[in-house]
Parts: sequence; structure tokens; C-alpha cells
Amino acid sequence: MPPSNLRSALEALLFSSDEPIPLSLLAESLDTAAERVAEALLAIEADYRARGAGVSVREMAGGHLLVTTPDHAEWVGRLMRGRKRVRLSRAALETMAIVAYKQPVTKVEIESIRGVDSSAVLATLLERNLVTIRGRSKVVGRPLLYGTTADFLDYFGLKDLTELPRPEELRALVAAREPEQLDMIDLRVSGDVATDMPGGTDLPPGPEPGRPAEEEAVNEAFSETAKTASEIS
Amino acid sequence: MSETPDPAGAPETTAAPAEARAAAPGAIQRRLGGSPVVVKLDRFEGPLDLLLHLIRRDEVDIYDIPISHITQQYLAYLDLMRAFDLDVAGEFLLMAATLMRIKAKMLLPAPPTGEEEEEGDPREELVQRLIEYRQFKEAAGTLKLREEERRLLYERGMLPSDEDTGPLPLAPASLFDLLDAFNRVIARIPEAVVYEVRAEVYDVEEKMALIASQAAELGTISFAGLLARCRARLEMVVTFIALLELIKLGQVTVIQDGRFGDIQILHRRSEGSETHAPVKS
Repeated sequence: MPPSNLRSALEALLFSSDEPIPLSLLAESLDTAAERVAEALLAIEADYRARGAGVSVREMAGGHLLVTTPDHAEWVGRLMRGRKRVRLSRAALETMAIVAYKQPVTKVEIESIRGVDSSAVLATLLERNLVTIRGRSKVVGRPLLYGTTADFLDYFGLKDLTELPRPEELRALVAAREPEQLDMIDLRVSGDVATDMPGGTDLPPGPEPGRPAEEEAVNEAFSETAKTASEIS
Repeated sequence: MSETPDPAGAPETTAAPAEARAAAPGAIQRRLGGSPVVVKLDRFEGPLDLLLHLIRRDEVDIYDIPISHITQQYLAYLDLMRAFDLDVAGEFLLMAATLMRIKAKMLLPAPPTGEEEEEGDPREELVQRLIEYRQFKEAAGTLKLREEERRLLYERGMLPSDEDTGPLPLAPASLFDLLDAFNRVIARIPEAVVYEVRAEVYDVEEKMALIASQAAELGTISFAGLLARCRARLEMVVTFIALLELIKLGQVTVIQDGRFGDIQILHRRSEGSETHAPVKS
């Protein structure tokens, strides 16, 4: 039986949780149609906004979450005496971005893009549950495939992966910085970000790019180059 | 190319020690003016990041990289990193080799046509890698912004825990900005000529050999003269010990003309049978 006052019951549920609650779970708990719950969510949020409440309902990581408003971040921060989660390092953000856009992705692929060893960064992201193992690639060595988690969406306040800037938006951002290079930028970022998080570990593994071969070629060229270079430079 | 700081590079205000340690073996240890100055650089970007930095700094066209110039700049940076005892990771050396290979290819005359290998611009692959990397840097920048926004929202149960101490907000500067700055400062300071003064080392055996050879050569040497040639108190002490040692071994003997008179050191033939001061000949 649905609650007599849907809005306040919904508010109670939101208050009770410290993580995003999927709409379906709210609907099920309240024995109410999802559409009606969605309407009530909007009504609650509108009400909060209208009276300048200290909290708001945010949609993130596939659910709804009651959070304090940014306006009061300072005060809440003081209550917490500055103790907050450690921000992600630059290396971690880079790796995170590559995983988000290229998932499922292997460590070798990540490293070939970043140009540096990324084992430790990946380990940190796994530990913080922002990245998870999605299975194994079918290429030689069956390397692990990595993907993002729901915590990733929560951590960055994203509803889903489609909220990430699309490749062409990224391109525009880069171009805005360096306008003269606008025309030739060829974006390699995979365009399937919009497909949201592909579920399960039984994903068809994407074809491995020819990176290892390229690296081998570079290695081969190394000794040659060293010789040539010493003569030339 | 704009000089505006790149958001992907800018949000470097924090350090996550766990990643940093692995990705960044960047600890600088220098001894300046006697007291150790330890500079810890928690962030260490890869070779692509360094190249992007150089490309941006020197305002060159990423699609038409002056490879000779950039290679030179890149290698200069590696030298600087080495000067700082920074562990120059293998990735940086690999990139140096790649740059030099490209440079070599561009210097070599194109092979006569007919070869089926129609290679394009040797820089092509590198440019593609740089562009791809730059886009992910940009993506990382947008994630950083989202992270900051999200951090302003508190959900329930975010109890302060003791181990989560937020890092101090630091000015956004990369390792390479720091090295640039260091270069500028170093360039300003005239190189001081430093003379190093070292204490001389005196060796008893050496002195013994010297006294013995002089005594053998000259037959007799003056004790006062011997000490007068010493340049330091310590040398006198060592000389004196050497003399005592020689007397003990019976290689020299000493005589004195009179009370408070100068002491003469006489060479003694090793086969000599006399055990007492010989008669002056």
C-alpha cells in the first residue's frame, strides 16, 4: 500500500541513505509507480530550492541522493575540520579519464597513451573502487580489462557516463585553448562513451590496438637510433 | 598558442602519495650551504607531458614540430633532471631515442623512389600520440572540475575520520615549471670561482724515507733545518716521529755539538757495527 503522504515518505527514504538510491528501488519501497516517485522527487527538489534549503536532491550514479548544497560547503567543511577524502592526483585523473573513455581497456593500452607506467595508479583507483576489473582481453597473455564503477560516477557527481564531455566536446575544449590547431585535430577517443556502462564481464573484448607491435618497433629502433644520433647530434 | 594554464595541468593542487610514489620517483636532494635541502616532487609526468610542455612553452606548431629544436630542448631537460639526481625513467630515454630517430630520418635524404615503403612524415606517429594524450589530459581536467564540484556536496554519514587528512592547497605548478624556474635562477647567478683548500696529509713512512735518503745523500742534516722546512705543526710532529722511528731502527743517529746546540742527524750505514753515536768524521 502506498504511503498517504508520498512526498514526505520519499523525503524520509532519501534522508535515510548515504548513497544514491535507484528510482526503481524507491518505487518498490514506496509501493508507488516510478513516474509518480519521479514527480515527487522533482516536487521535493523544487520545494527545497524555493525555500533556500540547506540540502538538495541530486541525481548521480544511477540514483538520487540527498546532499548538502554547495553554498554550505564551507560550514560543513568546518564541521568536518578539513578532513576530507584525498583528491585524486593528476596521474590518477589522467588514468581515470582513459579508463572512462576507452573501457574496457587494458593496462598496456593505458600506458601507451600516457607514455608511463601506470600500475600503481591503477592499483590506487582499484583500491578506491573507482575502477574495476571487467574481465580479460582475448589477446595473448589475456590481460585484465578495466572499467569504471558506480563509485566513479558518484565520486565525480555524474548521472551516467553520457554526462562526460563527448569526444567532440573535448576536441572543442582543446581547440579553444589552441585555436590555430583546430582543423587538424583527429580525435581517437572512442566514440561509444554514450553507450553508458556496458554491463557484465562477458563483454566482447574490443580488438587490441597494434600498440605492442609499435613498441617493439621502437625498441628495435632504439639501438640503431642511439648510434645514428651520436653521429648526427 | 595561448599562455593560459591548461585546466588539465592546472589542478595539481593536491598529492595522492600512493600514486605519486610510484609514478614519480621525483625526489630532489641537494646540499646547499651545508644544510641539506630536500625538495620532494610528488608529481612526475611522462615524456609526452614533457613534450607538450616544451611545445606549449616554445609556442611551436604541434603539427609541424621543429624536431631538431624540440629534441635539443628535451635532452636538455633530461640533463637537468639528472643534475637533480632525479631518476630519469626509462620512458623518458625511450622518447629521447624516438626523437633522435625521427630527427635522423628527417635529415637523411629520401630513398630513391621505387621502394615500396612510402613512409609519410616521420613525425606523424608522435604527433598522433601527443594529440591523443592531450585530449585525455583535457578529459582529466574536466574530471577534475567535476571532482571539485562534487566535493562541495556532502551526503549523510561523511563522518570525519582521522586518517583522511586533506592535502594542503598548493599552487599549480608542474615539475617542469619548477625546473624552468630553477634554470632561470641558475642563469642569473654568476658562477663563483671556488678554490678548495685541502689539508695536506703527512705520512710517517714517507717522512722516514725522506729523512733517510737526505741523510744518506748529505751524510748529515740539521735537525733545526729539517723542522724549519715543515709547513705545519702536524708535519713537524710527523717528521719528529719519523726521526724517532729511524733512530730506533738504527738507520740514523743524532749528535749534539753542545748544550742547546743544533742537533745533527747522521746517516748510519746499515752494516755499521757501532751502536753508539759515531765519532764525527
